[in-house]
Amino acid sequence: MSGALQVGSVPERLAHNRYALDEDESHIVVDQDVVRSTGCAGVIARCCPAHVYTELPDGGLGVEYAACLECGTCLAVAPEGALSWHYPRGGFGVSFREG
Amino acid sequence: MSEPDFDVAVVGAGPAGCVTAYLLAQQGHSVVLVERGEAPGAKNLSGGVLYGRVLEQVFPDFAAAAPVERRVVRNAVTFLTSTGAVGVDLTSDRLDGNAYTVLRARFDAWLAERCEEAGVFLMPGVRVDRLLTSPSGAVTGLVAGDDELSARVVVAADGVNSFLARGLGLRPKPAQNQLAVGVKAVVSLPRETIDDRFGLVGDEGAALAMVGEATGGIGGGGFLYTNATSLSVGVVLRLDDLAASGASASDVFDRYCEHPAVQRYLRGGEVLEYGSHLVAEGGLGMLGTVATDGLVVVGDAAGLTINSGLTVRGMDLAIGSAIAAAGGIGDALDAGDTSAAGLAGYRERLMAGFVGKDLTTYAKAPAFLERPRMYRDYGPVLEDVMVRAFDLDTTPRKHLASVAWDALRTSPVGMLDLASDLWAGVRAL
Repeated sequence: MSGALQVGSVPERLAHNRYALDEDESHIVVDQDVVRSTGCAGVIARCCPAHVYTELPDGGLGVEYAACLECGTCLAVAPEGALSWHYPRGGFGVSFREG
Repeated sequence: MSEPDFDVAVVGAGPAGCVTAYLLAQQGHSVVLVERGEAPGAKNLSGGVLYGRVLEQVFPDFAAAAPVERRVVRNAVTFLTSTGAVGVDLTSDRLDGNAYTVLRARFDAWLAERCEEAGVFLMPGVRVDRLLTSPSGAVTGLVAGDDELSARVVVAADGVNSFLARGLGLRPKPAQNQLAVGVKAVVSLPRETIDDRFGLVGDEGAALAMVGEATGGIGGGGFLYTNATSLSVGVVLRLDDLAASGASASDVFDRYCEHPAVQRYLRGGEVLEYGSHLVAEGGLGMLGTVATDGLVVVGDAAGLTINSGLTVRGMDLAIGSAIAAAGGIGDALDAGDTSAAGLAGYRERLMAGFVGKDLTTYAKAPAFLERPRMYRDYGPVLEDVMVRAFDLDTTPRKHLASVAWDALRTSPVGMLDLASDLWAGVRAL
């Protein structure tokens, strides 16, 4: 019981979660033109607790949808039209065992 | 027109959806409960404190029968600073039965089981894509993949993002100051270790709330709740302030867990799960249209949350709205009128009950809680006052009022700021 709690990196933390990955369909679609023209890649990347997003060197937005915790924060901070985000298909995505 | 498949179709098996479905099934109506998770609870996450009195109205013995974690007998609110922590710590037998910590994957599954017992048809693993509407715009059912399902009334219990309510235009996209992101980990620890660290016995539990340095000064706060054999630890960050801060949500979470005042409880634990959830913080100002032709909106989907500064509430309001909705829908079905007018009893019941009254009482709380001094300045001032009071460094003592005056004078808080905040706080909270 001694020693600090190692919360670990975000990927290490996410590795404890249970996911059913939808191989056929991403539930996140980015309009890179809107992202670049509004300069929103950085704020979306920072606000996502799961690090789903990365700001690309050209100002675009990279997406790793498999890590998504399905909270909707990205959609809330994204300018209109930058993201098309909906829930994964039924039964797919994160499955909380604690919640 | 052919008979609908069900009297009522409920979308979302959280507390709001489950209680609505359960009560309507008990009234004898045919009810389907559609849930996108592979099992009820699989998509559901909250900090973890359920103010349970309202649930006793539905399940009088839930505290004994349901998988609750611990009975909260200790509530603490603490300002964290870079050098310490100062706050109020209440332990009282009189809190017995007031609140319970829960883990939603288990708790919501229990609620859904009660629904099935009552005759609700549960459809897990099904995402509702959109609503079916009549030419006049009345909601007549829902679409999930290739399947259509018709109902006299659809209940949108689909959570804070409510694509259903938003798709119908019942709620605009919330402003960023009306939303916060909750970032949470569940950390396993032996039961005895938790008891010792929090000063608890048996099924007693603690709910600690922390502000200030807890979030690096970002509007919101941190929490630390005891489960039976784990802790729920996390931060809630107002989106406008998080976006403006330039900080990343996960870094704020990391720093909170590493703060000595939090780390002392967590040390030696192991992360079991990491999750996040969007929180509606707008209170009454976010409550949109809750009933339209053939549809009602309940719980988070209706924006029903209250942050009073001391208590952060969602599940109890969800359950309260479910009870009001089941009453209003029952009346509408009995009268054979499920139009907006026929369903108007829901809003009346909602606003006449504790949910509407509390939303009204705390209508000014969201604006008050946006004042930045709450998160940046008051923690250090309070710490300064208390340190000056306790630190007997052989300099001559001063009366406490003088100590407080000195602490305030040397802080960035002006007297006008303090007076303004106090006055607004008294009126808002």
